[in-house]
Amino acid sequence: MSDNKKKQDVLPRVGFYICHCGTNIAGTINVAEVQKYVAGLPGVAVSRDYKYMCSDPGQEMIAQDIKEHKLERLVVAACSPNLHEETFRKAAAKGGLNPFFFQMVNIREHASWVHTDKIAATLKVMDLSRAAVARVRYHHALDKKRVPVDPNVLVVGGGIAGIHAALTLANAGKQVTLVEREATIGGHMALFDKTFPTLDCAACILTPKMSAVKSHPNIRLWSYSEVEKVEGYVGNYKVKVKRKPRYVNEDLCVGCMECIDACVFKEAKFPDKFNQGLGKRKPVYIDFPQATPKVVLLDPETCIQLKTGKCKKSCAEVCDRKAFDFTQKEKFEEIQVGAIVLATGFKAYDAKRDPQYGYGKYPGVYTSLEIERLVNASGPTSGEVVLRDGKKPKAVGIVHCVGSRDAKSNKWCSRVCCMYSLKLAHLIKEHSDAEVYNFYIDMRTPGKGYEEFYDKLLSEGVHFIRGRVADVTDWAMTPEEEGRLVMRVEDTLAGFVRRIPVDMVVLSTGLEPQADAQEVRRRFNIGCGSEGFFQERHPKLAPVNTFTDGIYIAGACQAPRDIPDTVAQAGAAAAEALALIDAGFVELEPNTSHVVEDECSGCKTCVPLCPYSAITVEEEKKKAIINEVLCKGCGVCAAACPSGSIRQNLFEDDEIFSEIEGVLAK
Amino acid sequence: MTEKFEPRIVAFFCNWCTYTAADLAGVSRLKYAPNVSVIRVMCSGRVDPQFVLDAFARGADGVLLGGCHPGDCHYAEGNYKTLRRMRMLERLLKGMGIYDGRFRLEWISGAEGEKVKTVINEMTEKVRALGPLDLPGKTLEWDKELEELEAHVNKSAPKEEVVHAR
Repeated sequence: MSDNKKKQDVLPRVGFYICHCGTNIAGTINVAEVQKYVAGLPGVAVSRDYKYMCSDPGQEMIAQDIKEHKLERLVVAACSPNLHEETFRKAAAKGGLNPFFFQMVNIREHASWVHTDKIAATLKVMDLSRAAVARVRYHHALDKKRVPVDPNVLVVGGGIAGIHAALTLANAGKQVTLVEREATIGGHMALFDKTFPTLDCAACILTPKMSAVKSHPNIRLWSYSEVEKVEGYVGNYKVKVKRKPRYVNEDLCVGCMECIDACVFKEAKFPDKFNQGLGKRKPVYIDFPQATPKVVLLDPETCIQLKTGKCKKSCAEVCDRKAFDFTQKEKFEEIQVGAIVLATGFKAYDAKRDPQYGYGKYPGVYTSLEIERLVNASGPTSGEVVLRDGKKPKAVGIVHCVGSRDAKSNKWCSRVCCMYSLKLAHLIKEHSDAEVYNFYIDMRTPGKGYEEFYDKLLSEGVHFIRGRVADVTDWAMTPEEEGRLVMRVEDTLAGFVRRIPVDMVVLSTGLEPQADAQEVRRRFNIGCGSEGFFQERHPKLAPVNTFTDGIYIAGACQAPRDIPDTVAQAGAAAAEALALIDAGFVELEPNTSHVVEDECSGCKTCVPLCPYSAITVEEEKKKAIINEVLCKGCGVCAAACPSGSIRQNLFEDDEIFSEIEGVLAK
Repeated sequence: MTEKFEPRIVAFFCNWCTYTAADLAGVSRLKYAPNVSVIRVMCSGRVDPQFVLDAFARGADGVLLGGCHPGDCHYAEGNYKTLRRMRMLERLLKGMGIYDGRFRLEWISGAEGEKVKTVINEMTEKVRALGPLDLPGKTLEWDKELEELEAHVNKSAPKEEVVHAR
């Protein structure tokens, strides 16, 4: 504290600037009063207010004043430093001042927008401004550290978002590693038959992109793999990836699938996860014919050889490439990347959570994803819409908003369900002749060609009933209802309660965060919103950035979204990663800590506190040293140092104590 | 006192979670009491117990500390260190007669703008009900008492060397 205090005999000349932000600040805060008040504080050489400080003339004014009035410190009271700290640092630099001789006061997010009492809010802004003026005196000239950026990128998740991001980056010449948890890339889109509103076949537009990923010289595809651990910082991440055993050598298998025919199980008898359990598979399987990579794998839960070691291994025998390896173990690989794109997608709402709709109780109740497989030509019924007992449904009811817009489950609108329900209605009609009923709360069709698609459905003879379905029951009240499922609903347009007998019920389940979204976000050190989707840095201006630099998000892991929006966002995330990489270096905030050697007693209190092992003790001198490259600037050591010899740049004891004093002075 | 008592509360918010949550509260135009002034730190682990004591000593009626939820710290585990330190500090504060909600530690994630509002409003009301702490005034009183006591001891004690335990 002492060396700094001495300098304070002559106070440095402070320039204070308060922003109106139009009426955002000036509407609540008496800006002129604050300006006048601060002008009277010791050391303040210039105090001004201006309509928009962040505008070019505002910044120019600051730069001019620094030169003209020989300002040595700068304080700007405006919005959150998360928004414009960098802007005003640049303005300081333009005026010839070290950018870190600057302190920002957050009087918009933390005052004008959240307070209604104008006098009290103005007084608070005076307190905060006084504190900043007091603190900024203790600031030091600092430099940003430049560190090189590793040009390689990791993309996590091989759905349409991850595929598009990986291809964009690879086409730009970057080396991309695409990690996918499942055995094949393609994600949810690979399950769909057609895509709205154009009804083009999902496979026809997706599979060429999947093949492009596999064959791209700049993409390394690691399917059936998961990210275990992430270390490092922007531009320099070290990632550990777990590669799960397929028991088949990926480099040897050509995907001829002869082994599947040769398996000792003559009939497929285990539930096929890819087909939502509607079809059956053998212990040796491939998810679907265009799976990428086109490599079979063994299910250790059902394969006799893997379970007991006592199978005649006819699959391996028939393989002329000798690709089978029953001893394969999971292995771990480490890669270095500069940027990471997270595209881990969503989970469909579990329809069993709404027991009133009878999913899991009545065989005639399906989820929308099951119907996607059912109407799919490569699905378990080859595209035929039939019930579990093989009969054709005469009437089908589609329930919108299952697990969406519901205070009991998920409050949000899942955005895609109205459109995919319309699509499924069209497809069911096309594939069966059944009467189709849509039960909706509001019909939400914003998007290019979406409303037109709705209009088209209206003219196709699909029935639309506005109302949330109360329940689905097999309790018949009329002979017509006998043996069928009855949907009870209040038709809010007609104004009465109806009972509609159907044979098949489709539950349009909403989109939820992945079950392990919380674990994943911790692994990547990013945040989640209250509903559990990954949190973007700014909802409007940084929608694909996260609070951790160098980690970007794309697709439905951020919020429910459809394919066009997902692809657009994936492109944006790739562009952000490119911008980072092509700059070649990043500038790191200089808020790291250092030890003042003369004051350090070598007590080692700080050493075990550092989460990055950045602190060591030089044994001969008995002094702690902080490795500035490893230090990430949390300041936990500075708070613990008994002698106060650890200084955290921008958050030194002097700076914080003077801020406390300033806030509380009267 | 004729003037209505308005509590003065100093808050230390970590940059990544609670400060961001306070920004979110602003963007969402939530309304809360203007009694809390926020000081930004990178991590709640930067908060030296001395900061809290200093704030009280300079006249704060309450001190609020906000960090990321356990397990969510941007710096892996800074908030655990905060928790340990602050539990210790709470004991010390009790010894000084500062308790019952004048010091509060809250985990508020970047998405919990609503919680910033609730915590600030609750704490302001609580401290308002407790009344002014006026530690600076109390310190003066305590100093005076101590001086008087010392004078008394010096006067009545035999002319032997008095050893002060400090």
